[in-house]
Amino acid sequence: MAFLLRGAHVVDPQLGCDQVLDVLVDGKSIAAVGEGLQAPEGAEVIEAAGKYLVPGLVDMHVHFRDPGFEYKETIYTGARAATKGGFSDVATMPNTSPVTDTGTGIRYQIDRARHANLVYVHPIGALTKGEKGEELAEIGDMLVEGACAFSDDGHGVQSAGMMRTCMAYVSQFGRAVLAHCEVESLTNHGVVNEGRASTRLGMFGWPALGEELEIQRDIDLARLTGCELHVCHISTARGLELVRAAKAEGLPVTCEVTPHHLFLTEENITESYNTNLKMNPPLRTAADAAALREGVCDGSIDCVVTDHAPHAAHEKECEFEIASFGTVGLECSLPLMLNNLVRKGHMSWQTLVEVMAVNPRRVLHLEPVRVEAGSAANLTLIDPERQVKVTPDFIESKSKNCAFLGMTLTGCATDVFVEGKHTLVDGEVAW
Amino acid sequence: MLSVRNLIDTTSLTADDITQILDTARSFAEVNSRAIKKVPALRGRTIVNLFLEPSTRTRSSFELAEKRLSADSLNMSGSTSSVVKGESLADTIQTIAAMNVDMFVCRARLAGTPYLITQNTDAVVVNAGDGKHQHPTQALLDLFTIRENFGHLDGLKVAIVGDLDHSRVVGSLAPALKTMGADVTFVGPPTFQVSDPSWYGVTQTADLDSVLPEMDVVYMLRVQLERMEGAVIPSKREYNRLYGLDERRASLMKPEAIVCHPGPMNRGMEINTEVADGPRARILDQVNAGVAVRMAAMYLLLGGENNGISA
Repeated sequence: MAFLLRGAHVVDPQLGCDQVLDVLVDGKSIAAVGEGLQAPEGAEVIEAAGKYLVPGLVDMHVHFRDPGFEYKETIYTGARAATKGGFSDVATMPNTSPVTDTGTGIRYQIDRARHANLVYVHPIGALTKGEKGEELAEIGDMLVEGACAFSDDGHGVQSAGMMRTCMAYVSQFGRAVLAHCEVESLTNHGVVNEGRASTRLGMFGWPALGEELEIQRDIDLARLTGCELHVCHISTARGLELVRAAKAEGLPVTCEVTPHHLFLTEENITESYNTNLKMNPPLRTAADAAALREGVCDGSIDCVVTDHAPHAAHEKECEFEIASFGTVGLECSLPLMLNNLVRKGHMSWQTLVEVMAVNPRRVLHLEPVRVEAGSAANLTLIDPERQVKVTPDFIESKSKNCAFLGMTLTGCATDVFVEGKHTLVDGEVAW
Repeated sequence: MLSVRNLIDTTSLTADDITQILDTARSFAEVNSRAIKKVPALRGRTIVNLFLEPSTRTRSSFELAEKRLSADSLNMSGSTSSVVKGESLADTIQTIAAMNVDMFVCRARLAGTPYLITQNTDAVVVNAGDGKHQHPTQALLDLFTIRENFGHLDGLKVAIVGDLDHSRVVGSLAPALKTMGADVTFVGPPTFQVSDPSWYGVTQTADLDSVLPEMDVVYMLRVQLERMEGAVIPSKREYNRLYGLDERRASLMKPEAIVCHPGPMNRGMEINTEVADGPRARILDQVNAGVAVRMAAMYLLLGGENNGISA
């Protein structure tokens, strides 16, 4: 099948490209990019004037709950959510049941994703067996079966010695360790940011230091082992300063931020105890969120990820302290970035493409995707003017626990191509 | 009429709400002093006491208040309700609410539970203590006791001493005192202090002795010894030595200053017997006020008028 995308504004910072062009997709790859291209016979023409065409978006931090928690999400429903949000690729965290800590577990996810036939799913393998932080998982075996990176996300590796072993072992493969930074002896029982929120709401606090101390430790371990370190879901201004300092030193350190840490704060949690705002790490102060927005716009933060965390209704419609952590995010991520940063002029289109497409592939060592002839046809077409209303119907995920429910956002993906397959068609998932 | 439909926290109450409740409680206190301690104010109304966490004192106080208002009450505790069988709170509330009840009085281990109940029933909800968050009727009975003693609340200096960070009493009492114009100081070891005293608009210190001479009211909090010893304070003995209200410390207080405690007391820990049973103590007055204040709050929330009490 061939498609001619006519008159789209192509943005690809890898090529220094920022202009209106036609793009011809033929089979699995891009056949031609230029002005005034003619549609070959049988090609479908998509009029894309006023829209932006960019390399397929990547969310490198999602939880698809499959295997083990299929009542929250499956690889198929998660893939639909990703497609709806404009993504061509996702990387799935290994805190499934059983934990994805073997090559078999990696292979299972890849096979299921192939069956779903929507997005590329790049499984992330566990660092330690069962994510218990005690014994090395079969990292090499997982790599051979297709794992892209390694993480115990959901927990910090509590022992510095064990984390050193993990990072030293991973360093031989030239892949990144994705670190969920949390010193549990400091965050014990914490459900909201320590400070104003914990005092006001009468709940245990999760202090900023609980995150920052482990970021510092893992940066020091990156220096010691040479292993690439990627700091997951950074949430505090000081944590970001630590990453900036590590980068300035030339260490192989990157980091990511979620839309909820960019655009929500502890002040959004009111006496109505909205459990969709219960996050790990928690929503922080307005000053933290402002520092993170600055960091993602100035390039200090490498990637925007959702930490897409589906939970069934009964796990959220309960008391805040016993509710599950997290929000679904795949459907809202791009609209939030467009509505809150790009359309307001705080972030350039180039930077948006870097943090949502180029950098995640670089951190995960995936094949680069460029809007040029010969590249894989993994593309996202974005309408900066189309409005979306965040309702349960808009959310394709099996779970509807979204922190942004009720918002109306301007700007969203209308079409996605994955290896030339037209997976999102005018805002609707193709199958 | 109160400005709120439910009694979830004291931060939502206006000074006028608090004054209405305290004034109404005064009338009920008079009823409670009679030989026949009962009025028909809530005859025919059904109140469910849902105690998801054990409580003896608060529960007894609510039950007596309901009986004296002639309400019909149903007691459900954490051990008998379906919550322990794995039923969600929402299902439990909807099930009880389907039997046409007028009010839930709820004690819960988890913050925010009373609000969650309001989302699942049209009945009025009264918070009888939720986690570390709020315990509004305790604050109101404290205010009643203090106002009876001094004749007013504004301008009084109140120290709240002890395990501030784990206390729902603080969560309700400090905002209510501030609303009524009192000046509040928090005192406790740093491991008991709240993370953000500016939320309450109070000052916070670890030095009890320097604070005592200034205070009109010294409010000693119960230390939850079973949770605390060895974890954030070293021992009962050391706590008593540094923060216990003993005779020497009481002697630093102004002659007219009073001592309050929400109970139950750990004698020899946060308070010593000679003070607990001494002339400054208003601790049994607080318990006595509890019934009248809870009668007033339930009466007003279920539509009673401030001046409409018939004996």
